[in-house]
Amino acid sequence: MLPTPDTSHVSFDTIYEPSEDSYLFLDTLASLSESQWLSERFQKGTSPDSASNAVPLVVEAGTGSGVVLGFVAAQSQKIFGRQDVLTLGTDVNRNACKATRETVSTAIATEQKSPEPSTLKTVHISSVTGDLCSPLRPGSVDVLLFNPPYVPTEELPRLPTAAENDPAVSESMSRSAKFDQDTYFLSLTYAGGADGMETTNRLLDAIPGVLSDRGVAYVLLCKQNKPEDVKEQIRNWVGWNAETVGSSGMQAGWEKLVIVRIWRS
Amino acid sequence: MKIITVNFVTCAVKECKTSPSSFPLHFHDAELELQEVDFQPEFIRNVIPRIDWEGLRATANELGFPSLPESKPEGEALNNEQTLKDLHRLLLETQVMDGKLVCGNCGHEYVIKEGIANFLLPSHLV
Repeated sequence: MLPTPDTSHVSFDTIYEPSEDSYLFLDTLASLSESQWLSERFQKGTSPDSASNAVPLVVEAGTGSGVVLGFVAAQSQKIFGRQDVLTLGTDVNRNACKATRETVSTAIATEQKSPEPSTLKTVHISSVTGDLCSPLRPGSVDVLLFNPPYVPTEELPRLPTAAENDPAVSESMSRSAKFDQDTYFLSLTYAGGADGMETTNRLLDAIPGVLSDRGVAYVLLCKQNKPEDVKEQIRNWVGWNAETVGSSGMQAGWEKLVIVRIWRS
Repeated sequence: MKIITVNFVTCAVKECKTSPSSFPLHFHDAELELQEVDFQPEFIRNVIPRIDWEGLRATANELGFPSLPESKPEGEALNNEQTLKDLHRLLLETQVMDGKLVCGNCGHEYVIKEGIANFLLPSHLV
């Protein structure tokens, strides 16, 4: 088994702690079938100026601790068949952005050690605070990863403002105000509104605009998100396909999880 | 935040996405820091096809970097070690720690603090 990135520096007061869903993401991307598929899609050409040599940009929306992006960055050779990969993470919680930056850089430094300085290494270009893919340039993303807030809830928490992410503001808060804010930020990590799909639907809507021609997205869904309906809906977009490529072993229980691959076909 | 990031982001306001003046976002009051990264010529060669060259030239200019060649290096120019080293320094080694990114279309300012840019919008712009 490939090592899980270290997240011991992360405070889980406002950040989702890596759990079954996170690990399903790692296992799915590292599986033989998926890494073969990705390596084929992103393999370099035979000549130094082949168009396919262009480095892939891998983006995770809602990185949390950064465990998924860190894993993909560190294991880029196994997953994509190449180490010249760029990674970028977004999260609405500034603390998560800071955590991700450290998780990803440490994972790359640990797993891609080489005595030869010219050996290719994945580069984490930044973690930015933002809503899903909203800061990204259209057509720029080659691989998009999303482990959503998928739990059905009566209400969907509103998005935080830039001011709520200002470190100066939270430092001057009272203990009870800080507790309320932490609870609010944690709710953003799991609460998905109607069918647990309100945030995921916004992400799905953004996919055709933000993915490149060779783009592919991986989205985790739970049973209550009705994954079969979601795939059907995507197959109705012109030129797109969707397939389940990973699932949690649990057959009982409501939280049966699947990972769906969405790509231009 | 590495400079290359600016080549992949744009204004978060939906209406700005289709406006050519929303790309690239413009740096204001940028505080830069150099973080050494091993020079990997092949990496830079493979990054170049991903770069919007006009956008990068504008960014380099705003940050006071030496001007980049007028057109994107290709063919023989990709073996010019100095060109690759200059790009390596600009794209991967230079970090923006503090400052702002400003949209040329709507004028909205995105604040960068401790290397993290904040693209969350105030509610009236969402």
